[in-house]
Amino acid sequence: MMNKQETILKVNDLNISFHTFAGEVKAIRGVNFELKKGETLAIVGESGSGKSVTSKSIMGLLPKSNSEVKKGEILFQDKNLTKLSDKQMQKIRGKDIAMVFQDPMTSLNPTMTIGKQIIEPILKHQNASKEEARKRALELLSLVGIPKPEQRFKQYPHQFSGGMRQRVVVAIALACNPKILIADEPTTALDVTIQAQILELMKDLQKKIETSIIFITHDLGVVANVADRVAVMYGGQIVEIGTVDEIFYNPQHPYTWGLLSSMPSLDAKEEKLFAIPGTPPDLLNPPKGDPFAARNQYAMKIDFEQQPPLYQVSETHYAATWLLHPNAPKVEPPESIKQRMRQFKAQKGGDHIE
Amino acid sequence: MSEKDVILQVNNLKQYFNVGKPNEVKAVDDVSFDIYRGETLGLVGESGCGKSTTGRSIIRLYNATDGEVIFNGQNVHDKKSTADLKQFNRKMQMIFQDPYASLNPRMKVEDIIAEGIDIHDLAKTKQARKERVYQLLETVGLNKEHANRYPHEFSGGQRQRIGIARALAVEPDFIIADEPISALDVSIQAQVVNLMKELQEEKGLTYLFIAHDLSMVKYISDRIGVMYFGKLVELAPANELYENPLHPYTKSLLSAIPLPDPDYERNRKRIKYDPSVHKGTNTEFREVKPGHFVSCTEEEFKELQAKQS
Amino acid sequence: MMKQQEENIDKSLFEPAGVDTFSAEKIEKPSLNYWQDAWLRIKKNKAAVVSLVILFLIVFMAIVGPLISGKDFSTQTTSEANLPPRIQGLEHVSFLPFTGERTLKSGDVVNPYEQKGIDHYYWFGTDNLGRDLFTRVWKGTQISLLIAVVAAVIDLIIGVAYGAISGYFGGKIDNAMQRVLEVLMGIPNLIVVILMILVLKPGIIPIIIALSITGWISMARVVRAQVMKLKEQEYVLAARTLGLSNFKIIFKHMLPNLTGVMIINTMFTIPSAIFFEAFLSFIGLGLQEPQASLGTLIEDGFKSMIAFPYQMVYPAIIISVIMIVFNLVADGVRDALDPKMKD
Repeated sequence: MMNKQETILKVNDLNISFHTFAGEVKAIRGVNFELKKGETLAIVGESGSGKSVTSKSIMGLLPKSNSEVKKGEILFQDKNLTKLSDKQMQKIRGKDIAMVFQDPMTSLNPTMTIGKQIIEPILKHQNASKEEARKRALELLSLVGIPKPEQRFKQYPHQFSGGMRQRVVVAIALACNPKILIADEPTTALDVTIQAQILELMKDLQKKIETSIIFITHDLGVVANVADRVAVMYGGQIVEIGTVDEIFYNPQHPYTWGLLSSMPSLDAKEEKLFAIPGTPPDLLNPPKGDPFAARNQYAMKIDFEQQPPLYQVSETHYAATWLLHPNAPKVEPPESIKQRMRQFKAQKGGDHIE
Repeated sequence: MSEKDVILQVNNLKQYFNVGKPNEVKAVDDVSFDIYRGETLGLVGESGCGKSTTGRSIIRLYNATDGEVIFNGQNVHDKKSTADLKQFNRKMQMIFQDPYASLNPRMKVEDIIAEGIDIHDLAKTKQARKERVYQLLETVGLNKEHANRYPHEFSGGQRQRIGIARALAVEPDFIIADEPISALDVSIQAQVVNLMKELQEEKGLTYLFIAHDLSMVKYISDRIGVMYFGKLVELAPANELYENPLHPYTKSLLSAIPLPDPDYERNRKRIKYDPSVHKGTNTEFREVKPGHFVSCTEEEFKELQAKQS
Repeated sequence: MMKQQEENIDKSLFEPAGVDTFSAEKIEKPSLNYWQDAWLRIKKNKAAVVSLVILFLIVFMAIVGPLISGKDFSTQTTSEANLPPRIQGLEHVSFLPFTGERTLKSGDVVNPYEQKGIDHYYWFGTDNLGRDLFTRVWKGTQISLLIAVVAAVIDLIIGVAYGAISGYFGGKIDNAMQRVLEVLMGIPNLIVVILMILVLKPGIIPIIIALSITGWISMARVVRAQVMKLKEQEYVLAARTLGLSNFKIIFKHMLPNLTGVMIINTMFTIPSAIFFEAFLSFIGLGLQEPQASLGTLIEDGFKSMIAFPYQMVYPAIIISVIMIVFNLVADGVRDALDPKMKD
């Protein structure tokens, strides 16, 4: 299924650093992934993992004054986005690659009407007349489920609720039918019921417009809901990547185990939540081995010495952990993970590593 | 029910803002519930439902518009002498939501944690104060060296633990946790929640746990109350609420929670809540099953009771 | 994307490493308090740093200037009146103005020192009563700075107290205090000051009082706004739940977080005070003879501006430099303390 689809975006060995008072913060340390047409790739990680930096680097939104792409490339339509000037990026932003941000309160300009804000990208990128742009904007408002679009067109952001605003933000992002939509924690600030609505909306629109989505979040429930494939980031690197079923039912990296076990399940009656101790590493002085080693109860000596390579678990599933090295001892993942793996076995029937 | 020790009674609590003016807000509108000593009562709802306001009214950060809050047998909103107030402040404490705003950025961690100790003269010497702070830091899983640092040097989860240490310093009986984990990463949430559970066992604490993350609330709470636009719509033991939700809003809320389970997610159907679905008159908070309360009309009450048997 | 390395990795490396989760809590970076952090950021702002250096030099000269000239600021030597500036060592450098020469209206260049047989040097020249301008200029700077700083400190104390109380207690108290403030603001500042000077008679203390009477208002408003923001912060709520009394909350929790706005406001107040004092002197309500301030010097020099420009130029340069420099440093401090600009 996956291999037949066209690759829209390819990130190769991306290394990005920030220059701060205290020194060089190596925020992204060798990130590789692909995005295929029509799929939703979720990038999961906690604060400091580098997921937001990755998305901003694709859009060229990192501050030029103190950020530096040290190595690597972001390939889109035969161009390397890291090498493009701001003017060249402006032609791509909003048209081919669009972004939805987290906070609906601050993503909209409070002094412009909603209508004006939706028309903006259309007028800029599509050489449309004002009439045509307005028509398209009204279509988009209906598409994102905003009732009475003609009325709403003339209103200001403060007249909309949080959920409605986020719908408008999605409308603006999709105005020019972008090939890639980057959604950076789009529902984190929303209530559960509104979140559900926005996720449904995004999935619906994705089918209609065939856009590929990079969905950045720390909420694993949301990931299970929207993603086709998942990349787990930690300490500036991707530590595990695979299809959503592989990641949730057959995870291989101890960090992924930790993440999945630290969420209470609605049916199990567990006594104690498994909590990953400690805090993420300081990227000023990144640890030389596996970035997760210091918090990993399964860590081996080599985890502190060398960074693990990406081991293949299946055609679509890779994990960067020394546990997958032939010499590594067999370990018992936490009980809740074992439960998931049993489910996986039952479904797939043997397509995994024991 | 009468054998259980009630530590907090909330009776018909009303908290209105801008009363009488066109922008009047009925943040908490006639809410009643009891909390038993040693339990954790979860209070959930979406933004604007009044759960935080309820917590803050209980601890006297707001003066209640109407109704009463009875803590350890005494009315919280009565006029109190300074000594009484001090007692009250020691017995009831609060943990806040925003780890970045709940600690004074200009104070060292040691002074932040020791604030309560200083106010209530709980340490006789400087050394004793230091010892107590170190003890508290260890209890929450931090190091002694952290006492000399400033809040901005810590991560969100660590700051939240400092906030917990601060609350524990005065040895309270009852802690209101106002969305203590909402601003934290997933794996850190588990750390803080585990810590809170441990502390509850060790020190016999009672919690009011206010949150909007329903899966975490279920994990930590014994009983859960669901709020909607200032009113309590359902109150039941945690498992009962999830297995057998009775109020349509609760059902809608539960059906909207995404779980880390792709199979489940592919099949989940969301139920939408329409307030106009209620039929009948006289909406009151009624006990449909022992321990399970629902806000419903007389007719709905009869229907629900029929279904339970 | 697949990297399977069959390196020879020592088998012993695959033994478990006992992970000490306690050390996972260690903080690597050294502890930086508020001021150290701010200093690091000010250093980045070249204009502010240069201005700070110039400011130090001026203050240094204001203290040391009158002492090194060897002359007194009030001694009048009428025979040596209106001498142009002359500095030993620079007197033969023709493009610098320190040659002791004057160009008359007719175009002739004369050297009054030689004409009158004066062999000592007046670095900034003398005024119409033969007083050494170098000493007077630095003495004047001293006095101007003194007046401005004292007035600013009084503004600070009154303004912070008023603003903090008004902002923290809110409600009726705030309403009443704000109405009083608005009445005060409605009265023209200049009229109040002039009335005060006329009543109290010109002098250093009356001028300070006159400047402080309405100067505290802007500080009060800024502090009130900040306090209203701070009082909703959760750490203030936490202090309330712990039982801290209101005044202690203002002192312990609010004031330290107000130092930023206090400093910035004060740094903008000082140059206005200097300028205002100069203005008062210019219209004759400033200090009286023989006391010197930058304002009185400019006023004196103004009278003979055409014939003897140097008498006005030096104090004018100093006052302009002080004001520019204070404003640049204040800008720099404000940017450095602005949390939104943290990188």
